[in-house]
Amino acid sequence: MEGSFSSPRTDSFPAGLRVLVVDDDLAWLRILEKMLKKCSYEVTTCCLAREALDLLRERKDGFDIVISDVNMPDMDGFRLLEHVGLEMDLPVIMMSVDGETSRVMRGVQHGACDYLLKPIRMKELRNIWQHVFRKRIHEVRDIEGQECMEEIQMMRHGSELSDEWHSFSGGELNSGKKRKDFESKHDDKDFGDPSSSKKARVVWTVDLHQKFVRAVNQIGFDSEFTKTCFFDVVCSYHETEFSDDFHLYLAEVGPKKILDLMSVPWLTRENVASHLQKYRLYLSRLPKDNDLKAAFGVIKQSDLSSQDSHGSLGLQNSLNTQQTDAASGIYGISGNKPITQNANPKFCEGDLKGIVSVPLIESKKATIHDIPDPPKASSSRTGPNHTFGPLEPDVKYGRFDSPVGKQYSWCDVPQIQFKQEHKVNLQIDNGFNHLPSVSSRPFTREREKLGYMDIKPPYTKCSNQQIRQAIPIGSGANSFHVQSESHATSYQAAEPTLSTTTWSMKNHGLSQIFINNMEAAQRNLILGSNSGFASVDGDLLACLLQGDRCTTNVELLNKESLNHNSQDLFVETPAYVYDAQRFDYEYPLETMEYPVIDQGLFIV
Amino acid sequence: MDRNLQRQVASMRKALFDQGYLDEQFIQLEDLQDDANPNFVEEIVTLFYTDSAKLIRNIENALENNPTDFERLDDYMHQFKSRSSSIGAKKVKTECTQFREYCNAGNAEGCTRTFQQVKQELATLKRKLETYFEIARQTCT
Repeated sequence: MEGSFSSPRTDSFPAGLRVLVVDDDLAWLRILEKMLKKCSYEVTTCCLAREALDLLRERKDGFDIVISDVNMPDMDGFRLLEHVGLEMDLPVIMMSVDGETSRVMRGVQHGACDYLLKPIRMKELRNIWQHVFRKRIHEVRDIEGQECMEEIQMMRHGSELSDEWHSFSGGELNSGKKRKDFESKHDDKDFGDPSSSKKARVVWTVDLHQKFVRAVNQIGFDSEFTKTCFFDVVCSYHETEFSDDFHLYLAEVGPKKILDLMSVPWLTRENVASHLQKYRLYLSRLPKDNDLKAAFGVIKQSDLSSQDSHGSLGLQNSLNTQQTDAASGIYGISGNKPITQNANPKFCEGDLKGIVSVPLIESKKATIHDIPDPPKASSSRTGPNHTFGPLEPDVKYGRFDSPVGKQYSWCDVPQIQFKQEHKVNLQIDNGFNHLPSVSSRPFTREREKLGYMDIKPPYTKCSNQQIRQAIPIGSGANSFHVQSESHATSYQAAEPTLSTTTWSMKNHGLSQIFINNMEAAQRNLILGSNSGFASVDGDLLACLLQGDRCTTNVELLNKESLNHNSQDLFVETPAYVYDAQRFDYEYPLETMEYPVIDQGLFIV
Repeated sequence: MDRNLQRQVASMRKALFDQGYLDEQFIQLEDLQDDANPNFVEEIVTLFYTDSAKLIRNIENALENNPTDFERLDDYMHQFKSRSSSIGAKKVKTECTQFREYCNAGNAEGCTRTFQQVKQELATLKRKLETYFEIARQTCT
């Protein structure tokens, strides 16, 4: 349940505020518990940071705010702070006996919403609810801002689509507010002017941050040390050591480039620059010992997958296919394993050249990087292989292989990621078993916040970008955390929410992402070749609208009409969904799409 | 009798504050004590002493190492200082600060010396508090 903030008994807020206190000092833990209880808050205490994170992940939406000490033996308080901020997006208050300006500054830099000095007075705790309240307000504003942007984008993609969406959204909106916003914005005919949209200050939501990280990683992809670097970054969640190279790499990354890759219309270069600075700080404070054992394994695997993923992927694929709906969800085709499996081979055979929907696997930057180049066989290994599950490990990436791989990369990516990230378990196989079980809360948020990504990347980067963008969870740490949950539970949990939010046009983020991705994929399909992706909006849409070989993956898979493959592949966007509906899609889009989107969002 | 005892307890308590052994945090603890937790203050003090024993040992061991790992020592002491702040152990905290200064200066000898002070203050406070709680308990019965 959400905190009392969102409960009908708002008059009782902040009473009942759910606080998680993390401190290795047992005496303080007890004192704070007593104090918070006196404030009528609901208190949970934890003396280990690790435990706290587990608890937070377990009980998604179970807490409103976290209070943590800075100095803890098992994990640096700032580290915990970042994890919480990125994964759960909860306000975190730091506390310490040390009030040095530099420390306080660090806290703020890492995202703490407040910094309390020990000994802490009761009166200081009484007002912590303001941080929860503030965050909620900003989130709403942020969503509105993004929604507006997305709406604008939607308009740009064709009025028919908007109309479809608009009418469709009427029944799909999970939030009346959003609908109202959309309608009013729609009526305002404000679309052409992003700056006129209501935009809150930039709040780096989990979603946005993931996009950011994806963009950063993508740039890193191009750099040599990306492979190791990314794994390190990705594994940071597991606190694996961090390669010094990454810092070098980061030095090369520029805000402008990131901004371009992110494709978030309302974001400015300055926003990205300041966020990049924070990110650099975050990375810089990660442990630097080059203990690559943990990371190395991961890297190895990724390298493996990138170089000769076929074999391993085959394994993984089978594992994948054994996965529950999550896997298929990832595919975005449908939640049915069988379908996915069937689809795989077909896709392979089909003319998947164009499909370059490579999921963004943080840890597999190397592979993903390759993916955009269909000609290079085995570039997209990890991605495609996984999805193809039963499909021959030796899928020749040749023309269609890579696209295929890429397409599935949607699914694969998350899986792969999980594998590597999950509890520092570098076995890819295991990774698959850990399909993301996105907590409903972050999940919902993801969807809501998912920005619109206008994907028009150059061909080589197209698939990667698309997929990446489609996947809200950009950073390895984030995504992994979220995804390492038992996917079964989370997945299911996510589905219903997906249906309500994902597919509503208002839920721009996801929809958009899918649209974008699909567009690109579609385009490729249409082009039927590995040729570069042109910008895929208009043409694809047209194609889709015509229903000419424009079926969603879901449909495709369901019907196993993979002959259309090239076109049908990965056309799972709200827009397309609607189109699909128009064109007599039989399966319920919601069920189909949601898993996909859901997966897409959280997996990667 | 009771009144005498009560006066004794009160004066003991006052002395602890006047002599700088305790600060306002202790009063906060007293404020938190209620019917639900009638021995809250004593519980916290007990927790403190139990919890910090390990830390003290760690510091001792670290001090014996050669070469002295000042960073680690500083870290330990930072943690210990945090703990001391939980019960308002004022004198102990002062020694902790002194210790950290020596750490920053890389003065191993200074650290060792100050650490002895820390332990001494800890012991003194413990003694005084135990007596205090003992007598306070008697007034309640």
